[in-house]
Amino acid sequence: MKASLIFAASAGAVLVALAFRPTAVDAQAAGSELTRQCASCHALTKPAEATVDRLWTRKGPDLWYAGDKFNKEWLVTWLQKPTVIRPGGVLWFKHAKPGEPRDTIDTAAVEKHPAVDAEAATKLADELMQLKSGGLVKEGAFKPESANAAMGKLAFSKLRGCIACHQSAAGTGGLSGPELYDAGQRLRADYVITYMKDPQQFDPHVWMPTLTLSEPDLQRITGYLMSLGKEKE
Amino acid sequence: MIRFGIAALGLVALTGAIATHQPATAGSESPKIAASAHLYDIYCAQCHGVQRNGKGVNTVGLSVQPRDHSDTAGMSSLPRDQMIKAISEGGGSVNKSALMPAWSAVLSKEQIEDMADYLIYVCKCGTAQ
Repeated sequence: MKASLIFAASAGAVLVALAFRPTAVDAQAAGSELTRQCASCHALTKPAEATVDRLWTRKGPDLWYAGDKFNKEWLVTWLQKPTVIRPGGVLWFKHAKPGEPRDTIDTAAVEKHPAVDAEAATKLADELMQLKSGGLVKEGAFKPESANAAMGKLAFSKLRGCIACHQSAAGTGGLSGPELYDAGQRLRADYVITYMKDPQQFDPHVWMPTLTLSEPDLQRITGYLMSLGKEKE
Repeated sequence: MIRFGIAALGLVALTGAIATHQPATAGSESPKIAASAHLYDIYCAQCHGVQRNGKGVNTVGLSVQPRDHSDTAGMSSLPRDQMIKAISEGGGSVNKSALMPAWSAVLSKEQIEDMADYLIYVCKCGTAQ
């Protein structure tokens, strides 16, 4: 009992220390709207020390490669009316509850993203688009002419198991990864294929495994994901 | 007799409390077990369950259900080197479901070996034989 109290106290102290750790911010971005509004939860520069504990304690997904990841139009819209992208929250485990026939997510506990007005959304999106991956995402990595979306759907849903962690439609798929049913609106194809090929390039400890997918699989799954959410347009 | 009954009740309650907390997410076990438990929470529990019983949040649409790591009988037949191979190279490498991905790009060789020891701890396989 005593040991567990000491452990809890130590863990609490570490958490408090980490929570108040100053976020590293690019000197160029200092004082910007992005720094003021986003840096307390999101990494805007590549973390100098990527650790499992950083993933465990971070309050929001990393944005240091946002300009390679997102479509600006989607950012402007989403920032004004945020939806839940990660059904399990920033780190699904923190909201998982044991249960029958399976564990569930305490959706009420999942973090809500604050909304901003149209002017701020445009300004933030402009600044986010300046944040690049430092050459990880290369233009032209995705080749739409060779991507068969129908075969990509089969790979995503059946053969490669992507659906185990990601939803391809609301309520269809796993809960530990971000939903992908609006991936075609939200994400850039070159980023999707690069991340899927080797997620650990972006964070060595992130819980999406490297799936050693073949190049044709990478292309066709990306083609399928890019088709998701387009029907809303 | 009454005193014995109270003592027995206390023992049952204590056993229940321990059972509820087993397997512990982070407890007073050895540092290696505690470290593996933490890694399990992040990487494995999404499918294998927060209680290590194969009932993770992602099992909703899975065609093959993940292994129940708390199943002493089922886990006892699984050699440690096969656990290490499955974690390192994925389920397909040991003729199991390809839905179990390879973790060698995320976890180090040592972490994977420690995880195999942790699984043997979780299933209580070491004491059952």
